[in-house]
Amino acid sequence: MILAIETSCDDTCAAVIDRSGLILSNVISSQGIHDRYGGVVPEIAARHHLELVDVAIEDALEQADVGLGDIRLVAATQGPGLVGALLIGLSEAKAIAAARNLPLAPVDHLQGHVAANFLGPEPFEPPFLCLIASGGHTLLAHVEDRFGFTVLGSTLDDAAGEAFDKGARMLGLGYPGGPALQRLAADGDPTAFKFPTAEGVDGLDFSFAGVKTSLLYALRDNPDAPRQDLAASYQAAIVEQLARRTEKALEQTGIDRLAVGGGVAANGPLRERLARIGVTLHVPPRELCTDNAAMIASAARYVTPLLPGAYLDLDAYATGQRAL
Amino acid sequence: MAAPADPPPASPTRVVVSDGPGRTEALGADVARTLRPGDVVLLSGEVGAGKTTFVRGAARELGHVGRVTSPTFTIVNRYEDGRVPISHLDLYRLGESGGLDAEDPSLLADELGPDRVAFVEWPEAAGHDSLGPIAARVTLRHAGGDAREIEISR
Repeated sequence: MILAIETSCDDTCAAVIDRSGLILSNVISSQGIHDRYGGVVPEIAARHHLELVDVAIEDALEQADVGLGDIRLVAATQGPGLVGALLIGLSEAKAIAAARNLPLAPVDHLQGHVAANFLGPEPFEPPFLCLIASGGHTLLAHVEDRFGFTVLGSTLDDAAGEAFDKGARMLGLGYPGGPALQRLAADGDPTAFKFPTAEGVDGLDFSFAGVKTSLLYALRDNPDAPRQDLAASYQAAIVEQLARRTEKALEQTGIDRLAVGGGVAANGPLRERLARIGVTLHVPPRELCTDNAAMIASAARYVTPLLPGAYLDLDAYATGQRAL
Repeated sequence: MAAPADPPPASPTRVVVSDGPGRTEALGADVARTLRPGDVVLLSGEVGAGKTTFVRGAARELGHVGRVTSPTFTIVNRYEDGRVPISHLDLYRLGESGGLDAEDPSLLADELGPDRVAFVEWPEAAGHDSLGPIAARVTLRHAGGDAREIEISR
């Protein structure tokens, strides 16, 4: 059994999986699975992780119906993320592993999103391309085996999820507002406004700063325009950029298998648009697309673990600290 | 022998109109040339005003060659491949959760250390004194199309 902890951003996550990739438990604090979380969305970052990490681990073990004595490998997200938040999960993992004389697997968060596709009961096998789009990340990964990936393109400025959330805020929908924007857009005309899709950006990189600013100007210049039309057009531009870059990457690599990861993978119009590309599309269940610890446990199976004594001074790494 | 001319006194506040992202990055580089370890630069301005673009130019000037992306979700990006380690902060989301006061104060302490340069977007979410001594304040405003009015106070 593998116990994994993920605290790279807002959610405090713990999970237990077996070596074959079957999920025994996958606890995410913000989902309010247990009464002890009170169903409250956690505050941002460190303090809340500290309060919740023990509870999340207890719940993960209890739901998996295993004890710490059954765990053979402890894993934690090492980065990228907020270092103060990452260190809470990483320190907890070190403490558990050291106390039980177990090896520890430090896992890259993005490799976790890729490895979500390797979870059972029906893993999606490489080679494939993986589009990861969330609040903090937007990239196209070329996955040739279960051990790593190559970045084909990534965002030059904002992440796709951030574009959704900031757009929602501009449209008065609150924050985080990705799902709210999608709901408003459902009643709108996606062709009412022409927002940029970063066609001027070379290669397979993404850029969402332009579409964000275009929405701001459209709102200023058309104060009486139907909000649902603005939302639908804005969403369409984000979806089109993601889909066109993905199509281009599939063409360039000759690969005909596509997987997705990250919270933006829950967006309905994006899923529909990607399905129309005509390649084999794998969309993990929503709780495996957003940040979770099962994906970290999955990736941990393909990391060379550090033996007891070798991980006590292991440090976390921030977003931007390591080149993609 | 004539005494060497004194350098012109540095203007405490300067307002420049940038015609696009390239010029905004160059202004960021200008500010970066005067920064020393421990310095904190605040960047205010609404969505799309060019805060991250300004930081990109500054980080390049400080020797960072990798990407400079928006830290809105992660709150902090770190760039450590240049002459001085850089923390690139964005407090936008902290404003939603009661501000920095609702957080563990040690969360950002490592990002504002004496050996680093810190750029802080959306600093309004932090208390007045919680970010330490400020080397420069930058305010960016939309001025139509790609143009931005950029005010730099030291």
